[in-house]
Amino acid sequence: MSTPAPPSDSVARPPEQPSPAAMVFDDVYLSFQENEVLRGVSFQLPYGETKALFGVAGSGKSTILKLALGLLQADSGRITVLGSEVTSMRELDLFPLRAHLGMVFQESALFDSLTVRENVAFRLIEEHGIYDDDIDQRVREALRFVELEHTLDLFPSELSGGMRRRVAIARAIITQPELLLYDSPTAGLDPVTSNTIVELLVKQRDVYKSSSLLVTHRLQDAFTMATHQFDPRTNQLRAMPRGQYCDVPMSFLILRDGKVIFDGDVHQLAHSRDEYIREYIS
Amino acid sequence: MELISPTEFARQKVQSVQEYTLLSVQSVANLFRKPFYFADMVQQSDLIGVGSLPIVVLTGFFTGAVLALQTANTLQRFGSITLIGQLVSTSMVRELGPVLTSLMVAGRNSSGMASELGSMIVTEQIDAMRALGTDPMKKLVAPRLAATVFMLFFLTIISDFVGLAGGLMVSKLFLSLDARQYWNNAWQALVFQDVFMGLVKPVFFGFIIATIGCYYGMTARGGTQGVGRATTQAVVAASVLILVTDFFVTKLLISVLSYK
Repeated sequence: MSTPAPPSDSVARPPEQPSPAAMVFDDVYLSFQENEVLRGVSFQLPYGETKALFGVAGSGKSTILKLALGLLQADSGRITVLGSEVTSMRELDLFPLRAHLGMVFQESALFDSLTVRENVAFRLIEEHGIYDDDIDQRVREALRFVELEHTLDLFPSELSGGMRRRVAIARAIITQPELLLYDSPTAGLDPVTSNTIVELLVKQRDVYKSSSLLVTHRLQDAFTMATHQFDPRTNQLRAMPRGQYCDVPMSFLILRDGKVIFDGDVHQLAHSRDEYIREYIS
Repeated sequence: MELISPTEFARQKVQSVQEYTLLSVQSVANLFRKPFYFADMVQQSDLIGVGSLPIVVLTGFFTGAVLALQTANTLQRFGSITLIGQLVSTSMVRELGPVLTSLMVAGRNSSGMASELGSMIVTEQIDAMRALGTDPMKKLVAPRLAATVFMLFFLTIISDFVGLAGGLMVSKLFLSLDARQYWNNAWQALVFQDVFMGLVKPVFFGFIIATIGCYYGMTARGGTQGVGRATTQAVVAASVLILVTDFFVTKLLISVLSYK
């Protein structure tokens, strides 16, 4: 299966700063009027790792993604993304940094007045000004990656929910960003489509070694990602032997009442003695 | 309906004015900052300018016609029916052309901008645009502002001409006046100050239409109901602001141009 081209050199690089992790949240607080959503959230996302973010509805999972992108501003605390402290950056300075991030929104957020081709090419057209043969080739490759090459000239309204989600993934990965943020990419989808999307996320993680933060309610998706690796020879997921789960770059983070109550790998999660966590994963 | 305290109400209003001012200043500044979205400007010019042409032509024509019809009786009483061309031309060029054209364009385009941008807000398309590294203020607001100001200027000129044509039709068909005399009268009555006033106003009104439409769109909240509310508010606010601004701009220009 063909894969998208590497990122364009013309994209502005983020500041070269020594950073231990792709993303660092340090004691972050955020309130919406009287409602305190995040209360001292701290965690790190190492380079090349995928972290699954769990929590009940309204616990601030999607808010964390928007804070990481700088779409929302934290009340206090520090957020560092790819070595840049987004909490101290102006909106105008955030745009070059965002070129190195990819985001898949919960409802896909495709531009409904643009075709699939224009949606996927959006970032490249913004960079180069025109839609040329090189961009067309990269759009086709990105859509081939999500197996939707035949939808090039369709509008988002003509696609199913699962197809829209896959187009959103193609739009996010077309420049091969260093950090990907997924907001419930499998929510509300049938099991077959969900499995296809999980397979794409694992492929992205294992083939391109991208760091990613995955918000999800579906434990089974995250466990599949933690126990499988992508096999490029068979183009399928391969289950890892039980003793090799730690080789998979995957971790879990659970939020409760605006605080992180668990941050660890699948082994630590399975053996947690916290009653809330045990109930959550049961 | 939720009741709020007078202090909170005042705070919200002041905040709205502050946000509107910020959006207006930013959108003007973005017209001079790279990247320039020329293709988007052309597309918006087509939607706003060419799209509004039929209603502007109809409004201008029938306003000129009804103006001639309404004033003919009074002018006839004073034996000045030949001045009808002068009356129609000065009224259309100085006042009715710019104001009525702007009100029609506001009804069509302020609502269109508010609903389009509002829908993009509630479906997270604006957030997606920001996440993809594109500034929506540059990509969406600045081209709409440039296109509205530019096209309203020309729409007003067209409206003035078809208004004069409407007056001519009434003068010729119903008042049996000479067409050449009507045109000469209408043309010679106009002085520089009339034309200047008539062409300065659409610049202000175009700015109001675009910034109000974009402001209500970009601040829409509360799903489809919120988008509907934003659309209505945009038309009302733009129309009222055009009429209020018209008074102050007229007063200012009369003072500046030493004009009566």
